[in-house]
Amino acid sequence: MNTLEFTALIGLGGLVAGFLGALTGLGGGVVIVPLLTVVFGVDIHYAIGAALVSVIATSSGAAAAYVREGYSNVRVGMFLEIATTVGALVGAALILHLRVSIISIIFGVVLLYSAYASMSEHTHSDASDGPDRVATWLKMDSTYPTVNGVESYHVYGVPQGFVLMFVAGVLSGLLGIGSGAVKVLAMDKAMKLPFKVSTTTSNFMIGVTAAAGAGVYLRRGYIDPGLAMPVMLGVLAGSLIGARLLTVAKVKILRLVFSGVIAVLAAEMIYNGLK
Amino acid sequence: MTERDNAEKRMDEIMGRLLRTGVILAAVFVLAGGVVYVVRHPEPVTDYRVFQGEPEELRTVPGIIHEALALRGRGLIQFGLLILIATPIARVAFSVVAFLYQRDRTYVLITMVVLGLLVYSLLGGGG
Repeated sequence: MNTLEFTALIGLGGLVAGFLGALTGLGGGVVIVPLLTVVFGVDIHYAIGAALVSVIATSSGAAAAYVREGYSNVRVGMFLEIATTVGALVGAALILHLRVSIISIIFGVVLLYSAYASMSEHTHSDASDGPDRVATWLKMDSTYPTVNGVESYHVYGVPQGFVLMFVAGVLSGLLGIGSGAVKVLAMDKAMKLPFKVSTTTSNFMIGVTAAAGAGVYLRRGYIDPGLAMPVMLGVLAGSLIGARLLTVAKVKILRLVFSGVIAVLAAEMIYNGLK
Repeated sequence: MTERDNAEKRMDEIMGRLLRTGVILAAVFVLAGGVVYVVRHPEPVTDYRVFQGEPEELRTVPGIIHEALALRGRGLIQFGLLILIATPIARVAFSVVAFLYQRDRTYVLITMVVLGLLVYSLLGGGG
């Protein structure tokens, strides 16, 4: 395969991954690593390097839009970023001490969880308790726009959210992914933020978490320009198109198909790791 | 709307613009470098099946800037990726200023910790 063919093929893969990732809300980065390792036979270090830079691109691109709409909670995001960036540095350090087969298995399990989490219906216990002491001290309670006008909300479970965010950071630094599923779990379930607020704040945080991991990856030589170039451009273009089509597409069926693809890739990665 | 809300809204808008500009600039450099790379190297430079790691000049900030100034394809791509990595870092740096402006000492401190961790990850340690 010459350079042009290789670039075009990887770019196309990135485009499809970014497109489906944006439509289903799973993010493009999560399938890039299995796509590169399982389908193209790329070493996992190069694969996570290329995937993580594409994560920064899509997250920053999307966050640019969300921030202005007033959904994301900047204080919650910033406070939790302490946990995610420390986690990302720990995760990146772990790569040096774990065998590739172990990383592959962890990746497969996280993929399966992401696919499962995107399928499960969103249930939200309405928190009608009074304000939480820690959250009040950290001035986290805020407002967000709804169809009924601007509504205010309280934030809870800050310590639990912080611990879950550390885990999300470790996974991001270890696997080159955005860990969006774990981040939403922390904010939606543990901290009881409104769903739209937790998804957009999570997106807002993903770029910062990924930047922490990518800094280490770059210095270690995981980020290869010839591979990262088509992945980043493809995923970015695909996610922009996907975001445009979000309102017209039949997301439910797509999500089912995409989750199926992810489950197969996850099984393959676990199998390869066990072999 | 209170004065504080207005200030926050303006900060949000600047932040949104900052993120967008960073991503576009990064994509332009990556694309330009990609064209140069594909034209100059008919065969891929790296064997992706075996991990060897990038050469020194594509791993460090000064090395990448040097390679980009020499208009080498791979150097330009790395430079674009460096802008991309720097974009969320710039966002956090901007937040420090925003919280300073709001006289929110707790969050100035929190944001500076995050900024310090990011700079540390890019420039040293943990390697």
